[in-house]
Amino acid sequence: MGQTAMQKILAAHAGKKEVKTGEFIMAKVDLAMANDVTAPISIKALERAGITRLWNKDRIAIVLSHFVPAKDALSAAQAAVAREFCQKYDISLFFDEGRGGIEHSLLPELGLVVPGDVVIGADSHSCTYGGLGLFSTGVGSTDLAAVMATGECWLKVPETMKFTYHGKPGPWVTGKDLVLYTIGQIGVDGALYRNMEFTGDSLKHLSMEARLTITNMVIEAGGKSGFIEADEVTEAYLKGRAQRPCTIYKSDPDAAYCVKHEWDISGMEPQVAKPNLPDKVVGVSEVLGAKVHSAFLGSCTNGRIEDLRVAAQIIKGRKVAKGLRFMVIPATQNIYRQALKEGLIDIFMDAEAVVSAATCGPCLGGHMGVLGPDEVCISSSNRNFPGRMGHRDSQVYLANPAVVTASAVAGRLAHPEEILGKNVIPAAA
Amino acid sequence: MIKGTAHKFGDNVDTDQIIPAKYLVTTDAKELGKHCMELADENFPSKAKPGDVLVAGTNFGCGSSREHAPLSIKGLGLSLVIAESFARIFFRNCINIGMPILESPEAAKEIRAGDQLEIDLDKGRIKNLTQNKTYQAQPFPEFMQNIVNAGGLMPYVKKRLAAS
Repeated sequence: MGQTAMQKILAAHAGKKEVKTGEFIMAKVDLAMANDVTAPISIKALERAGITRLWNKDRIAIVLSHFVPAKDALSAAQAAVAREFCQKYDISLFFDEGRGGIEHSLLPELGLVVPGDVVIGADSHSCTYGGLGLFSTGVGSTDLAAVMATGECWLKVPETMKFTYHGKPGPWVTGKDLVLYTIGQIGVDGALYRNMEFTGDSLKHLSMEARLTITNMVIEAGGKSGFIEADEVTEAYLKGRAQRPCTIYKSDPDAAYCVKHEWDISGMEPQVAKPNLPDKVVGVSEVLGAKVHSAFLGSCTNGRIEDLRVAAQIIKGRKVAKGLRFMVIPATQNIYRQALKEGLIDIFMDAEAVVSAATCGPCLGGHMGVLGPDEVCISSSNRNFPGRMGHRDSQVYLANPAVVTASAVAGRLAHPEEILGKNVIPAAA
Repeated sequence: MIKGTAHKFGDNVDTDQIIPAKYLVTTDAKELGKHCMELADENFPSKAKPGDVLVAGTNFGCGSSREHAPLSIKGLGLSLVIAESFARIFFRNCINIGMPILESPEAAKEIRAGDQLEIDLDKGRIKNLTQNKTYQAQPFPEFMQNIVNAGGLMPYVKKRLAAS
């Protein structure tokens, strides 16, 4: 029996020839990551255990992302805990505010995660990196503390589900729509404990950014990890970027999958997850006209440069609808700078959108645009559980950046074609 | 032996509902406990008594990886979580920090709010005194049981570091 790419990666990191699904292994980790919310508990766990030597100061990334710039005195104190730890241990991959952004956009952007890696992150969206052809999963803070101490993580080798997409996506259909559709089909626990492998000719039409959006939301189906085999798109993305040598892993043709799904997506319209679960997914035409008070473009899911470009194309020369507010948050400092250079920030400001420094901010109801009672937001982020973006009686629709921006202009849930007409296609990424 | 009153919740309770993100500015379990399950039931922190048992449906603890979620449950003094199934990061977090959990679809479905429960954690046996029913929870795999027996992940890691 053949092996999936994921089994091969895990075997290589466990010092074994092969691994079976369900087997417990100790895997050597290539990169460990924590943020301003999760690192303090890891640091406390290390201190409590009396551990004062770290595994490798150059393979631990600490990224301040959730409550930066500090939303209050307590979050400032928490960021200081992470900052002092990084100073004390001379952590080389420390990204303070102004020097980084949201970890899941930042690490791929800087080439710090490469094909063939095992990456462990103390943040649930650490599954994002799997879009580059590697194993990556989210863990809690104590798990991360153990990795910081030993360079190893215990893992149960997951079963793999295979998702094959056929056909060329329509003009306004992106990685976000493919993953929302998939979650809608299998449910929020449809991939519980499992690895999700994404393949098929449709992926050839998707940029690296769009692929990372797919693997980013694996956790919204309960998945442990996501995987997209590295190809020429991946190679082009990594050129001049990768900080370490890459190893390309491919699944054998006779590899065992626990479930296989195959979908033709050529006729698909943009997808929207309705409140209050990421699997309440419908085609956008079913929810056109829904009342929204706020629109958010950003997060580790869809705050990348191509997301800002398509948003700018839609809103250029137009205004945010009266009575609605539009929050735009580039996911990293570099994306922000690039958007400035391209004139995108001017376009957003002319439209009377709010543009903020890189932060997770409103996605988790943290700060910078938290929702009040009964408010409804259309968001390019990843979760819409009850109260996710603020008050327990607020609601969130999840959609791709074009639908979010079109809705900001229309003042209600809208398709980009309603703003641009039928014959305009998205600006090239 | 654990003895306590059951508090019942539904499917897909995510970690935002267990502990909203706005409270993730402290690592103090007691402080977090004051807001435990607040988004699912505003009055829960005042209703729950030390030793009580949280009972939930499928995919309990899905969403964010925040360890503050099981910490808040521990901080409020709850003795155990029983669910039909657990999301994986939440599950790992509980094993790692020594927050007792049991997976039993039958028990989680049939237990009603207010039922009196008696649980033998070592044996994984759940007794519903109100309904006079007994359930056997799934045992942990040996690998995880070793972590539990060591007192959590950090003591386990220390042992491994000392041995190498």
